[in-house]
Amino acid sequence: MADMTPATLMSIYRTATTIRQCDERFLAMLTAGEIAITYYSPRGQEVISAATAAHLTTDDYVVTTYRGLHDHIAKGVPLPQLWAEFLGRATGTCKGKGGPMHITHPASGLMVTTGLVGAGLPIANGFALSSQMRQDGRVTVCNFGDGATNIGAFHEALNLATLWNLPIVFVCQNNQYGEKTPFANHTKADSIATRGSSYAMRSVTVDGNDARAMYAAAGEAIDRARSGAGPTLIEALTFRFRGHNFGDDSSYIPAEQLAAAAERDSVPRLRALLLAEGHATEADLSALEKDVAASIDEAVEFALASPFPDADENRRDIYRDEVTV
Amino acid sequence: MVEACREALREAMAEDESVFILGEDIGDAEGGGTFKVTKGLSTEFGTARVRTTPISEQAIVGAAIGAAIAGMRPVAEIMLMNFITVAMDQIVNHAAKLRYMSGGETSVPITIRTATGAGNGTGAQHSDMLEAWFAHVPGLKVVMPSSPAEAKGLLLSAIFDDDPVVFVEKKEMYGTRSELPGPGVRIPLGKANVARAGRDVTIIGYGGAVPQSLKAAEALAAEGVEAEVIDLRTISPWDQATVLESVARTRAAVVVHEAVRQFGVGAEVSSVIHEELFGDLVAPVQRVASKNLPVPFSRPLEQAFLYTSDDVAAAARTALDWKK
Repeated sequence: MADMTPATLMSIYRTATTIRQCDERFLAMLTAGEIAITYYSPRGQEVISAATAAHLTTDDYVVTTYRGLHDHIAKGVPLPQLWAEFLGRATGTCKGKGGPMHITHPASGLMVTTGLVGAGLPIANGFALSSQMRQDGRVTVCNFGDGATNIGAFHEALNLATLWNLPIVFVCQNNQYGEKTPFANHTKADSIATRGSSYAMRSVTVDGNDARAMYAAAGEAIDRARSGAGPTLIEALTFRFRGHNFGDDSSYIPAEQLAAAAERDSVPRLRALLLAEGHATEADLSALEKDVAASIDEAVEFALASPFPDADENRRDIYRDEVTV
Repeated sequence: MVEACREALREAMAEDESVFILGEDIGDAEGGGTFKVTKGLSTEFGTARVRTTPISEQAIVGAAIGAAIAGMRPVAEIMLMNFITVAMDQIVNHAAKLRYMSGGETSVPITIRTATGAGNGTGAQHSDMLEAWFAHVPGLKVVMPSSPAEAKGLLLSAIFDDDPVVFVEKKEMYGTRSELPGPGVRIPLGKANVARAGRDVTIIGYGGAVPQSLKAAEALAAEGVEAEVIDLRTISPWDQATVLESVARTRAAVVVHEAVRQFGVGAEVSSVIHEELFGDLVAPVQRVASKNLPVPFSRPLEQAFLYTSDDVAAAARTALDWKK
């Protein structure tokens, strides 16, 4: 794996900042009533995606879930098309027909976003299988949460992945909550990583909010998959600051837990590190953040100015050939 | 019909490297499949392209979906149709919908082959005809062949179709043999076949209902009633034009299927005929189907559950005698 250079750190910071600012903008628009969508904020989990994507090309495959904005942006889904899809516009990644829970952009390798917890894992195996059969060198990264590790599909998929030695990395973004149920109330397992051993899968636990640690863990797993050494389960420890979805008051999350998590928040941590290690000045970072804000402004304007899809779209893409409905 | 399905799989894999098969016990090391459909194929094409899986229906279907999106043509075998219920999330929430939800950016050209049927005492969890479940989902295609020749031609079309297809094989028909079409001959999906021309009554069916209806047609012919028998071939999307053209002529229709009567495909076909031809019909559309209960084990109970060709002929007579 390539060494983590200051340039890589800055790139990860840029991606994580883009995610964070997009999230803040969605929340602002939702709160102001300018838009009304079901929104599952990835706030707090930004660095997991940004650090992992640093090892991926557009040819590599990513599968993610409805809490996937960070994975979408990190993989390279263009902001204007992403925003347009969130707002149901014809210019969205999916012509407005899928919405935030189904962002799909094969050109950047963002292949499937699913609204069903755990359903992405069996499908991700399929991408990895095709890479193996065609020997095309691609790696598949599958993202999901701690809650997903209790559903049957997770277990079937992990078992098959090691059995077939698939070129896949399973990234469990353990944000300590499955919907509104805390980890200790949804499983007796000590950790997610211990589950991997049931399927003879190489499993590691990492602080997903630590850019260097996440970069290293993801890089090693991706290199192993790419070289034919098989799958890895990464348990990336993190935290989710906005509850399950927009409108969730997070009243079930103890204040002390929230406060402790805020101190380990990934984006501010990385910012502080960049300054402390001298990779960037305050001016550099301000400029970067303004630049990111401008790119988001552009994307939002594009989305708001875009038309809604025509009713004719309801005849298309059900099957390959158009039908009457 | 076993050989017919096997030939279709063999021809498809020989023609296109992206076609591969996955399922439980399908390799020659395991005997070439529960019903021997895949016998010889892993020896011929290797165990990478004919790959045996664990008992993991969600993983089987999911792997097929992902590989299909990536550009391959997987054929997933679900040993028995009742087990397909374990993979409903993958099929209904994903395979059926990913093309639409992605705005056409991705597609899922998978074929799911599955076996089922009642009559040989396999009981309530190994005999269900569930085609109506999948026909009710926009985005899926559902096909059920009525003979070995039909199975070969339809399966080839299903494999090379760019949409997800659920291909249902009646296991009690596996032992039947008929002359098979030549290499590479495909029977198109979405088009029904007039298996027997007639002017007096239209009998519509698919799968095992077609030979049963042809038998009923012979009995009716002896009474001077000429039945037209239509084999839907593809259950969804179904060939409404062929059916409506026929019933517009005969003005009487019977729909037949082995699946239980309640909420079955017969209800959909019947409704459309009524909507389009109400004023022209001499009788309400008749439905012949299995009775509304789980498939019994004990032979006399199972036989009572199923319909017979006599029931089909009786339904035709009921329609024709309606206004008397």
